Amino acid sequence: MSDLVFDVKNITLRFGGVVSLNDVTMEHRRGEILAVIGPNGAGKTSLFNSLTGVYRPQEGTITLNAREGHPISVIGRGAYRIASAGVARTFQASRMFSALTTFENVKIGAESHKGLGAVGAMVRGPATRRGERESDQKTFELLEFVGLKDQANTLSASLSYGARRRLEIARGLATNPVALLLDEPAAGTNPAEKLELANLIRRVRDELGVTILLIEHDMKLVMSVAERLYVLNFGSVIATGSPAEIRSNQAVIDAYLGSSETQTSEAS
Amino acid sequence: MSTEMRVHLRRWLSFFAMAALIAIMTGPSGSNNAPVQGLTQSFAQPYSYFGLFRAQRWMIFFTFALVALGLQTLWRRSGGGVRARTAVLRQGFEAPGRRRATVLSAVVVVALVALFIPHLISNPGIQSGIVEQVLAYVILALGLNVVVGWAGLLDLGYVGFYAIGAYVTAWMTGRLPIAAPFHHPVSSFAAIPVAIVFTMLAGVILGAPTLRLRGDYLAIVTLGFGEIILVFSNNLTNVTGGSQGTNPYIPSFTFRIGGLKYLFGNVGYYFLVAGFVVVTIVLFRLLEHSRVGRAWTAIREDEVAAESIGINPLKYKVMAFAIGASVSGFAGAVTASQIGVVYPSTFSLYFSVNVLTLVIFGGMGSIVGVIFGSILVQGIAVYLRFYPPSGYQASDLYMYLGALLIMMMIYRPAGLIPSRRRRREIYQAEDGIGHEGDVLLGEQS
Repeated sequence: MSDLVFDVKNITLRFGGVVSLNDVTMEHRRGEILAVIGPNGAGKTSLFNSLTGVYRPQEGTITLNAREGHPISVIGRGAYRIASAGVARTFQASRMFSALTTFENVKIGAESHKGLGAVGAMVRGPATRRGERESDQKTFELLEFVGLKDQANTLSASLSYGARRRLEIARGLATNPVALLLDEPAAGTNPAEKLELANLIRRVRDELGVTILLIEHDMKLVMSVAERLYVLNFGSVIATGSPAEIRSNQAVIDAYLGSSETQTSEAS
Repeated sequence: MSTEMRVHLRRWLSFFAMAALIAIMTGPSGSNNAPVQGLTQSFAQPYSYFGLFRAQRWMIFFTFALVALGLQTLWRRSGGGVRARTAVLRQGFEAPGRRRATVLSAVVVVALVALFIPHLISNPGIQSGIVEQVLAYVILALGLNVVVGWAGLLDLGYVGFYAIGAYVTAWMTGRLPIAAPFHHPVSSFAAIPVAIVFTMLAGVILGAPTLRLRGDYLAIVTLGFGEIILVFSNNLTNVTGGSQGTNPYIPSFTFRIGGLKYLFGNVGYYFLVAGFVVVTIVLFRLLEHSRVGRAWTAIREDEVAAESIGINPLKYKVMAFAIGASVSGFAGAVTASQIGVVYPSTFSLYFSVNVLTLVIFGGMGSIVGVIFGSILVQGIAVYLRFYPPSGYQASDLYMYLGALLIMMMIYRPAGLIPSRRRRREIYQAEDGIGHEGDVLLGEQS
């Protein structure tokens, strides 16, 4: 049990009469790269938001086991509490603090888990200064890790799409996460950037030991990076397994991967 | 080409529309008595401006519009316009060495001027006017800047905390119908920390439940808070003394060291409040460039993203609210002891709006901007109070300030001396960063 970072059991999420997630059960093992795929409106982002505390599923349980032996329930906790418990995320449409530089964006992440510190900030004692130095150091390391060091002083609003994704990943990593959740990181990037992104995702897991959950449309990226997949359709899990298994799963092909022959045969 | 002409035409039209608006607002004789006649009669009646020169009113406005137009064109040509903005955006950082020298010399000049002001002005009325109407507002604006400029919360009930600070001082010194705490009135100086603590608590109590609201909703709640305080201070006669105000006079600050006694007069208050302004500047500068300041920026820009990296927005918002409130409470305590009486009529909505105007005028989020904005606007108010031009009425002030604010919004939407972060936000929104912006502006680089 303790090797699960996220243990999702039978969650159902409704918006009025619309069932967004229907009895979804999912296990996210520590240290793996897991992907969730599915057609538009399948409930991928709903699942994502349920895991990060933004949405509250009406039924079921989500247990976050970030620090081993200290499981907490996700449902009913605010997004910032899940984040400070060790879950970092990126957004489908990248959300940066656009009036701040790349460096400042990441630094905010690095210092967010420290206390309030208004008094400390105004007195500016040795502890505060040491904290600042640590955050600076960490920020530089992470910018180097994602390859944005040369753009440290660039305003984040003027970064390219690919660079913004990497910035969001760096900002998330700055919070010392156990798991990193990526919401369609390849959206709006070009093929070269996709390749870079796939490498980055692998390096985050291999070098930093961060567990990764990936929601993605780009099948090439998913199949090359993910070790295990869940396929969602109309809010339900219709298949799970390795990329090879998913590729040959008939239910998945019908619902998502699709082929013209299958569709015509169904229609007739 | 035609796009450029349209832009020019629109600029000209807006200038002359504004000139006409000011003409209407200031009426035939420069006061707001007969607004509609302002436009018609401005072609007939010569009028003297601030005792400087006589001319027909419309000529003044026409000249004013032309000068403004010319200045703006010059500013754009000299690269102060879109191109320079974009350069600033791309650059991120400025050359630190030169900047530091400029800042240092500016600080020295301002400090010298501030030191000599009370000696240059001997009129006690103006001296106390400077303390009550300029310095106190500098402090108030600095406090509101934390709430509005940094945390991005629109607080329209700021006067409520000011009122609480003033009444706590009156209570501690035993000037209210209810007895002072422990039946032991203290000096007004000792009341300051108590007033700060009370207003900070009031900020937390008001903030904790209401700061979950966003934008307009929060503005309405805070507006209600200000009004509640006003109604209480007016009608809770057996606690606050009602509309008659507190009685007897709240003593001015007094220091007793051994046999020496120093009673704070106008100059004493001037230096006391100026000293507090300096302390506030130092503390707030540290705060702005700390992780707290960055967290406020993050929340202001994108609350969802801020939450996703573990920032608790409510906590930081309440903190901003409490800091702003306690600064307001301090200002209330000081002015209460200087003026000696606390009247409910002071605590109207206009007070909050006035302070908010100073913050917007000076430049939201910019400490230097807020200070200079307050000094300029409130300085004009004091000047007009003591040297009114002929035909000037006290209520005319707001027309002039209104016109000034409209000008600001057109030429410097980010304020007199904008903060770098805020300026970026506003210009990014204006330029639509990266995408359509470059096309729409028509000024290709």
